[in-house]
Amino acid sequence: MRTYIFKRLLIAGVTLLGMSLLLFVLMRLAPGNITDIIFESAGYVDEADRHRLEAELGIDRPLIVQYGRWLGDFVRGELGKSYRYDLPAWQVIKPRLPVTLELAVMAMGFSVLIGVPCGVISAVRRGRPLDYALRVLSLAGLSMPSFWLAMIVILLLVRSMGWIPSMTYVSPFDDLRANLAQFLLPALAVGYRSSALIMRITRSTMLEVLREDYIRTAWAKGQRGTLVVWRHALKNASLPVVTLIGIEFAFLIGGLVVTETVFNLPGVARYLVDAIQFRDYPIVQNLAMLIAVVVVFANLTVDLLYTWLDPRIKYGSA
Amino acid sequence: MATIPSVDIVIAAARPRRASALGLFVRKNPLGAAGGLLVAVLLLAALFADVFATHNPVRTSSHVLVAPGADFWLGTDNLGRDLYSRVVHGARISLVVGLISTLLGAVVGGLIGMVSGYVGGTTDLIAQRVMDIMQALPILVLALVLAAALGPSLTNTVIAISVVIAPRAARVVRASVLAIREFVYVESARALGVSHARVAWRHILPNTFGPFIVLVTAQLGGAILAEAALSFLGLGVPEPYPSWGRMLSIAAAEYAQKAPWLVIYPGLAISLAVFGTNLLGDALRDSLDPRLRGS
Repeated sequence: MRTYIFKRLLIAGVTLLGMSLLLFVLMRLAPGNITDIIFESAGYVDEADRHRLEAELGIDRPLIVQYGRWLGDFVRGELGKSYRYDLPAWQVIKPRLPVTLELAVMAMGFSVLIGVPCGVISAVRRGRPLDYALRVLSLAGLSMPSFWLAMIVILLLVRSMGWIPSMTYVSPFDDLRANLAQFLLPALAVGYRSSALIMRITRSTMLEVLREDYIRTAWAKGQRGTLVVWRHALKNASLPVVTLIGIEFAFLIGGLVVTETVFNLPGVARYLVDAIQFRDYPIVQNLAMLIAVVVVFANLTVDLLYTWLDPRIKYGSA
Repeated sequence: MATIPSVDIVIAAARPRRASALGLFVRKNPLGAAGGLLVAVLLLAALFADVFATHNPVRTSSHVLVAPGADFWLGTDNLGRDLYSRVVHGARISLVVGLISTLLGAVVGGLIGMVSGYVGGTTDLIAQRVMDIMQALPILVLALVLAAALGPSLTNTVIAISVVIAPRAARVVRASVLAIREFVYVESARALGVSHARVAWRHILPNTFGPFIVLVTAQLGGAILAEAALSFLGLGVPEPYPSWGRMLSIAAAEYAQKAPWLVIYPGLAISLAVFGTNLLGDALRDSLDPRLRGS
């Protein structure tokens, strides 16, 4: 087990190192360096000024030195400077983290609350109209761009109730109700999509488990149907579901990118889009790296949780 | 002479059976058939956009923000362009970007998966780690960073999306190659002195075709969605191409309340296109991959 964990940590490290190289190279491919962008607004460029700035930023050094310096800074938690805000990047990111986290937790909560029961019902009612209806609904969730769904919901609410979405962010510590009301729709829009994935995996594992002998035994003993389905079967069908939830949680940020933009929520995902649009490359590089770290460790945690959730799985020999 | 009548009988028997095969598919798999229909409509719209469109999709006019009606079936946008014609032409962009990026990603990824699975050893290990790296970012985040680095253009959108799809394709093909490699007929082909390249090409590749088709249909919807999201954020297909995602970003900004049709129809088009490919993909997976049947 210990060697397995060590091996997995090593692989995670290699993956992140590779990702850092990939991001570094991609950001150097981007047209124009940061001095072009800073001087762009000024209109007039003094070559001496530019060289001074390049030296100050260290981008006149060889690429390998730049890469090493960036990696060192990143590992020490120094995320560089945001050129757009003229602030250290961490100061811009920090207040944004709780927004994204709250949205992600709420979205995940919705997707589990919707996805798991629907998946179970769909499996039990397999081939019946209800199963078809739920499957179509979940597939529809996978098919609609979440940003469009969000726009339609806002449109409907404005039309029918005259409700206007608040365009300024309300902190939960100032006004919890207003904050929750503000997060409800974006969380539902993002959660719907993930719920579709959760429903599908719940349905397919439930179908497998429901075929097993111990379920037939439970039925034969005359145990109550709800108990057999929700206690006996769901318990054993939950492993892949838990895995998916873990992975989805990390990947949710992909859906948040657009949703935070539509709802004007000042989160990390939206900041990434902003940074890309304003060509604030150091921030893009660091934010993407940060997201990769979260994803890789979420995957690692889920894999390690496996052994704890299902004692039959042993990694030591593998 | 005696064989001729029996041939006739076979043909006569086959004809009604073929007709009812489609009926059987529709009856056994109504969702898949509905998906097939949606994809067919998408294909027709993309192929014959010029025939179906009632106006020039990029020409502006003084008929600004006209509500849907007899002249402009789905209304006009803020520059007086006919929304219906734009949506029809948008099918072309969506399908071209979706199909090319999916195929490019699937073929490149599939070849990597094929070599990695067949050769094994260090090659496999390195290929796997590279795939891990590519999958360490959410699809849209990687596509965003790629699109930003390459700059917004039609070609770069295709490249960004296909790069994201490739590792997923490699996984699928590698897994099926690993299984096929162990089959007895592969062993006997090798024993007969057939070269590795030929075994891979003639005996293994054709057998990965089923999962490959399933993969392509499954990823097509994702590719269309990715294009829409990238264009929505202004990092995908640039003007003047009528991209569905791009239409939503311009419409959304200012005119949503005054002209809700600008929000409704392009999004509906994206959703129906992706819905169709997803339904079809599911049905194909069910019928081509017996292990997943019923799931």
